Amino acid sequence: MTEIKTVGVCGSGTMGAGIAIVAARAGYRTVVFDENADALTRAEAQTESFLAKSVERGKMAEAEKSDVLARFERSTDISAMASADVVIEAVVEDLAVKRALFARLNEVCPEHALFASNTSTLSITEIAGGCGREDRVAGMHFCLPAQLMKLVEMSPGLNTSPESFTRAWAFCEALGQRPVQTKDSPGFVLNYFLVPFNNDVIRMVEAGVAEPGGIDQAIKTGLGYKMGPCELLDLVGLDTQILLCDAFYGVTHDPRAAAPPLLKRMVAAGRLGRKSGRGFFDYGRDAMFGG
Amino acid sequence: MTTHSIIDSGDSRSFPSSHPLLDNSVEDGAVAIHIGARPNFRPDPSKLAILIELGTECLGVHTGESRGKEGSNVLGFARFRLGDGEPSDLIELVRQPDTDDAAIEAARAVLEAAGLTVTVCRDFAGRILDRLIRPYYNQALAQLDQGLATADDMDLTLKLGLGYPEGPIELLERTGLEHHHDVSKALFEVYGDHHYAPARRAVVAKMRQMRREQ
Ligand SMILES: NC(=O)c1ccc[n+]([C@@H]2O[C@H](COP(=O)([O-])OP(=O)(O)OC[C@H]3O[C@@H](n4cnc5c(N)ncnc54)[C@H](O)[C@@H]3O)[C@@H](O)[C@H]2O)c1
Repeated sequence: MTEIKTVGVCGSGTMGAGIAIVAARAGYRTVVFDENADALTRAEAQTESFLAKSVERGKMAEAEKSDVLARFERSTDISAMASADVVIEAVVEDLAVKRALFARLNEVCPEHALFASNTSTLSITEIAGGCGREDRVAGMHFCLPAQLMKLVEMSPGLNTSPESFTRAWAFCEALGQRPVQTKDSPGFVLNYFLVPFNNDVIRMVEAGVAEPGGIDQAIKTGLGYKMGPCELLDLVGLDTQILLCDAFYGVTHDPRAAAPPLLKRMVAAGRLGRKSGRGFFDYGRDAMFGG
Repeated sequence: MTTHSIIDSGDSRSFPSSHPLLDNSVEDGAVAIHIGARPNFRPDPSKLAILIELGTECLGVHTGESRGKEGSNVLGFARFRLGDGEPSDLIELVRQPDTDDAAIEAARAVLEAAGLTVTVCRDFAGRILDRLIRPYYNQALAQLDQGLATADDMDLTLKLGLGYPEGPIELLERTGLEHHHDVSKALFEVYGDHHYAPARRAVVAKMRQMRREQ
């Protein structure tokens, strides 16, 4: 078994940037590939400011910060993945794009390299299908924000070999994360429960059962949740909820997963949540920047 | 301060033990609060508000309904509680289309003065929380059977990933699967939505309870 020294991360967006921080912080040489150079530059700046904050808050020494930053390499050329022992993909949530990426990575990466997908809604088996190393592909679903959240949902695809899954699991633990095993089924555990639950909340608002603020208050007081579902939806973005619904409903045909009419109307009206300043709640005009 | 009287018919699920709301009850208060499983309520327009503790039934069962115009000084309420668990501080206060706003405010004042948090909702089976969480619990129980994840991993995932204080399986085992069965079945009968049909594990727990009690 080859020791893992270099971690490849494909996609340097919201999730990829966070996952790369996790890998570099755990001591791995971390090579990030994104086809968009701006995404790499943005992530580099975000990484520096995140680590600076970690130092400020006493979570990391200044010297350690420099070491972590020195472990990064960034490229718009996929051949940078040639030295990766593990590749975690966090590119756009599109089956065809992910499949094409894995097929290409299969040509570029060493034989022993493991491939992991951070997909939220797609099937690991389908992503891996035809890539040429289905036995070495696993699902590794990090939570947002990846640099802070410890949980990783790990799923073997139908053709994932037990040895590969064991190696991926051990790697996840070596990253300092907490893996849990789930089946390769739509949404794994988290989104499987969350997407329809949030839709039920939206339908409840639409039916006039209670106001969004009332529902959030009930959930927080009655169940001890830290955040109410309407606040959470505003944070995630109502447009993102529609994408999740479409992905889920397309696979499961569960009516609870279908985007509720009110959700569609709110998105059509530009009420996307915090990012547009208004969703279920009003955040004022500069909420986009204040977040 | 608005005064209130407690009229207790016994076996209240909302107030099974002492609470400031019970301690501060006076004779002939401005708000009448009927607690217990067998409320015996009569309309009384002289009260600022009359509150009736609800189980899974709608307030309309007690007041009657007509043409979507029902509403008076009578409100329903339940203090949210899962099975054998301790009651929470949440009161779901149930109004009808034409309920007096003054009655809602008087009820809210009395309940909040006793340290409770009040959320107003309309008169639907399961109010807010039961209506939202029962499908989630049924899903969790069904997925445990189907091997989506182990009970420990499912609970841990929801705690770590969403910050829930407790995972669904441990919560249902702590508070009693048979109680979940009863509430979910009542909602299934009203809504006819299969997501409320009690999951197999809840049915088993219910049947075992019935055998114990035979
Ligand atoms: N955002 C979340 O909350 C979240 C949480 C968990 C998992 N995910 C999953 O993570 C993945 C990424 O999501 P995100 O929110 O970070 O998206 P994002 O849009 O922020 O980032 C995607 C990045 O991938 C790059 N990219 C697209 N196609 C590429 C290709 N073929 N090769 C190289 N780079 C490419 C884009 O330039 C972009 O920078 C998705 O699969 C998503 O489902 C998202």
